[in-house]
Amino acid sequence: MILIALIAIPLAGGVLAALLGRHHPGAARWTALAALGLDLILALAGLLPALTRPPQAGPWLIDLGLPWIPSLGIGFHLAADGLSVVLILLTLFLGIVAVACSWREIGERTGFFFFNLMWVLAGILGVFTALDLFLFYFFWELMMVPMFFLIILWGHENRIYAAIKFFLFTQIAGLLMLAAIIGLYFVHGRATGVYTFDYPALLGTRMPAGLGMALMLGFFVAFAVKLPAFPVHVWLPDAHTEAPTAGSVVLAGLLLKTGAYGLLRFVLPLFPEAARAFAPVAMTLAVAGILYGALLAFSQTDLKRLVAYTSVSHMGFVMLAVFAWNEMALQGALIQIICHGLSTGALFVIVGMLQERLHTRDLRRMGALWNQAPRLGGFAMLFALASLGLPGLGNFVGEFLILIGVFPQAPILTILAAAGLVAASIYSLWIVQQAFHGTAREQWRIRDLSGRETAILGVLTAAIVWLGVYPQPVIETARPALAHLRQAPDGAPAPAPEPVAVSGRQGEIDAQR
Amino acid sequence: MHNADFMALLPLMVLSAACAAVMLLIAARRHHGLTLVLTLAGLAATLAVMPEAGRWMPIRITALLTLDTFALFFIALIVLATMATALLGYAYFDAWGGHREEFYLLLLIAALGACVLSMSRHFAAFFIGLEILSIALYALIAYPRRRAASVEAGIKYLVLAAGSAGFLLFGMALLYADRGTLDFSALAAGLSTPGQDRPLLLLAGLALLMVGVGFKLALVPFHMWTADVYQGAPAPVTAFVATASKSAMVALLVRLLAPLDFNTAPELFDILAALAAASMVGGNLLALRQQSVKRILAYSSIAHLGYVLVAILAAGPAFVPAVMFYMAAYTLAQLGSFGVIAMHSTAETEADSLERFRGLFHQRPWMAAVLTAMLLSLAGIPLTAGFIGKFYVILAGTQGRLWWLIITLVLTSGIGLFYYLRIIVTLFSPAQAPRTTPTAAGPAAFSGAAVLTVTTILLVWLGALPESLVRLLQHVTP
Repeated sequence: MILIALIAIPLAGGVLAALLGRHHPGAARWTALAALGLDLILALAGLLPALTRPPQAGPWLIDLGLPWIPSLGIGFHLAADGLSVVLILLTLFLGIVAVACSWREIGERTGFFFFNLMWVLAGILGVFTALDLFLFYFFWELMMVPMFFLIILWGHENRIYAAIKFFLFTQIAGLLMLAAIIGLYFVHGRATGVYTFDYPALLGTRMPAGLGMALMLGFFVAFAVKLPAFPVHVWLPDAHTEAPTAGSVVLAGLLLKTGAYGLLRFVLPLFPEAARAFAPVAMTLAVAGILYGALLAFSQTDLKRLVAYTSVSHMGFVMLAVFAWNEMALQGALIQIICHGLSTGALFVIVGMLQERLHTRDLRRMGALWNQAPRLGGFAMLFALASLGLPGLGNFVGEFLILIGVFPQAPILTILAAAGLVAASIYSLWIVQQAFHGTAREQWRIRDLSGRETAILGVLTAAIVWLGVYPQPVIETARPALAHLRQAPDGAPAPAPEPVAVSGRQGEIDAQR
Repeated sequence: MHNADFMALLPLMVLSAACAAVMLLIAARRHHGLTLVLTLAGLAATLAVMPEAGRWMPIRITALLTLDTFALFFIALIVLATMATALLGYAYFDAWGGHREEFYLLLLIAALGACVLSMSRHFAAFFIGLEILSIALYALIAYPRRRAASVEAGIKYLVLAAGSAGFLLFGMALLYADRGTLDFSALAAGLSTPGQDRPLLLLAGLALLMVGVGFKLALVPFHMWTADVYQGAPAPVTAFVATASKSAMVALLVRLLAPLDFNTAPELFDILAALAAASMVGGNLLALRQQSVKRILAYSSIAHLGYVLVAILAAGPAFVPAVMFYMAAYTLAQLGSFGVIAMHSTAETEADSLERFRGLFHQRPWMAAVLTAMLLSLAGIPLTAGFIGKFYVILAGTQGRLWWLIITLVLTSGIGLFYYLRIIVTLFSPAQAPRTTPTAAGPAAFSGAAVLTVTTILLVWLGALPESLVRLLQHVTP
């Protein structure tokens, strides 16, 4: 029941915020914040104790199955393992950040704004916990509509173009996934006589190689668009740039993660052979994304667009790791997922704060802002350093684990990906140099961070430092889940040789290198 | 005729009686509200006798008609759509100076024709039902007869429908010449003769029949009339044409094709597959650049019928429930969309340009929310009935292994998304200038709002908890 409550609270909070917000914008804000706070407390209180369960009791810490459309083999099946728990906590944490950073930015139709924000979050929570493929698709599509409204109603200049592009890309790719889901349903049904969309039942379905590849690609395209992977990333720069700050935070911090989660949870476990055959292509695309994203990021003049392109680069690492499919790479992918959410989310918040003060995102018009807003500059410096992978901050741990994990399987690709880190240093320092140092190109008079803004960035800083120096709790939480995902379903050949897994205090040691 | 036959015919008889009663009422006393009440009462009585008639199913009533769950479902759909149309018509014609009462009489007659169509299993009944429906529709489309656009649409529909009726009749004649009977089952029997012995007359007749049916369903390339008629007709009538009339025709097509085995008739399969693909591509592409909401919906309905045809071609066990669910979802969404348009129109001025709806969200948020929900349903987004419908169609198509049609469906509905989003974006854009909206007052406003509320609730209910309807439809066979 706790999983239902986790999803229902934001839904209900959203409706309440919409009703209250018509006359009292302030009430809508507080409702949204209270609902998410309550949800976070509930998640901490309800999910963390479940982590202590003995591992032999199965992979699912919490498992809830209710009939929904039994005539078609569709169930309302929600479950959480360690991976889901980590992502749920990330969702709620960034959700609160998103509410907090839109506290003053959103002045009109506040109630409806928070309604959409809460419904996106509920859809994301559903995606991270749904174990019925139909239900998963349901949530997958459900989170797109409010996001569309967030962009179209509260976005910047070119919002209509960006929102429609975003929706079309994800929707068409999603429909391909739906066709693949139904295909899998029939393959499994014809083989076993049981027609079901239930994920645990569908695991290990045997199918001819060609069909398996076709179905796998149906899933892959949907997740690759969301991730985003090169060359289907083209919606992302527009959507991120035009969305309001909270929308960008949710997009970069959470929506992209649903793509990575889908690859982890569905593509590789459901189609092990097809995915293994496809891995070289996927890993090449991932490295292309890393380098291409970094290159384009460097050539942007719109600060928000720059940060958007860094996402393409960083999420390339995640896809690289997922298709390497060994324990260390997957642990790295998980850390990278979380840290990218935090650091990019923070950078978008910072861009939002700059835009609120300067009314522009043009890097060429900024410069020497540090003098007037040292605290803002300091935070920007910190998150830029996190983004370039400075040891001691979370992203370093993720990228480092990924590179070590992938190297034995694809040395050349790993070397190329590592070159992406160099590019990351260039564009990250470029942001700081152009915006906060150098000569003042225009006479800006801006104020430094307010208490609320300091609190938002401070919390994000604490999180990213914590993950940088002591990521072990996160790794331990998700380890059984990741190990279970990697367990080859019966009949599949053993996975490729892999390096020794991180254990004990290794993560800490990594961070200190 | 036996006692059971009469009992099974009760829905048609009550509906006919309602026609007569409304006509007599109009003759005795012209009163807009009273006519509406009597119309609704007649339709409600039709619904009320359906369980009684249902006790005798499945039953063949003479050689012409049949009553089974399939027919009953479509009758219920048609009657409910007619009720909604009547209520919308009340709001629409309330302030109009002309004779308003005959609208309801024509509507009842059209509904009767549609019900006959969905019960028919014989070409004679098919033609009778079709003509009852069409003749009432000619008048309905041109009902505000001083408005040029309506009259033009009515004439257009008259000419093209008469033409297509010619094709149908000639096709039926050829079939009869070949098989010596007008029963639908003759078609399946004739096609099951393998290979070279296939009678040419039968194939020619079938081709002509498909032309006629294609006209009625507005499949590409027989779709030319659709946009003009949708645009010219009064909004409530457009709603009726898009829902009740299409549903009846789909029911008939399913009944005609369901007994066939497409393996013995690959030509027929190829023709229908080509029609389906052309409708999906053509409908969606033509809708992209339209400036009128009614025209967009017209072209989108062409595409939707293409999707339905995919399910029909799949011919697997899931196809009949898929078609039925899809038509229910489609009917709800179309009624809601045209309902919103009707609520902004009067018999003098039709609100159909996209610009007319710019910024509606800021002035009438609930109205905009309803239209958004309807459009999202047509686009097949979750939490709406349209999503389950599209899912069901893809399910049926996959079961029938129609891979190319499925891929066409997926890609073209992606195109379709664009124009639905275009309308939604317009609704939520800033309004350019405040303007006066014709707001019906009193009972008229209430009747329209009631339709919209009920359709929205049903739309979301079927989208969130479709199990009850799915289970009901699961084992239906025509």
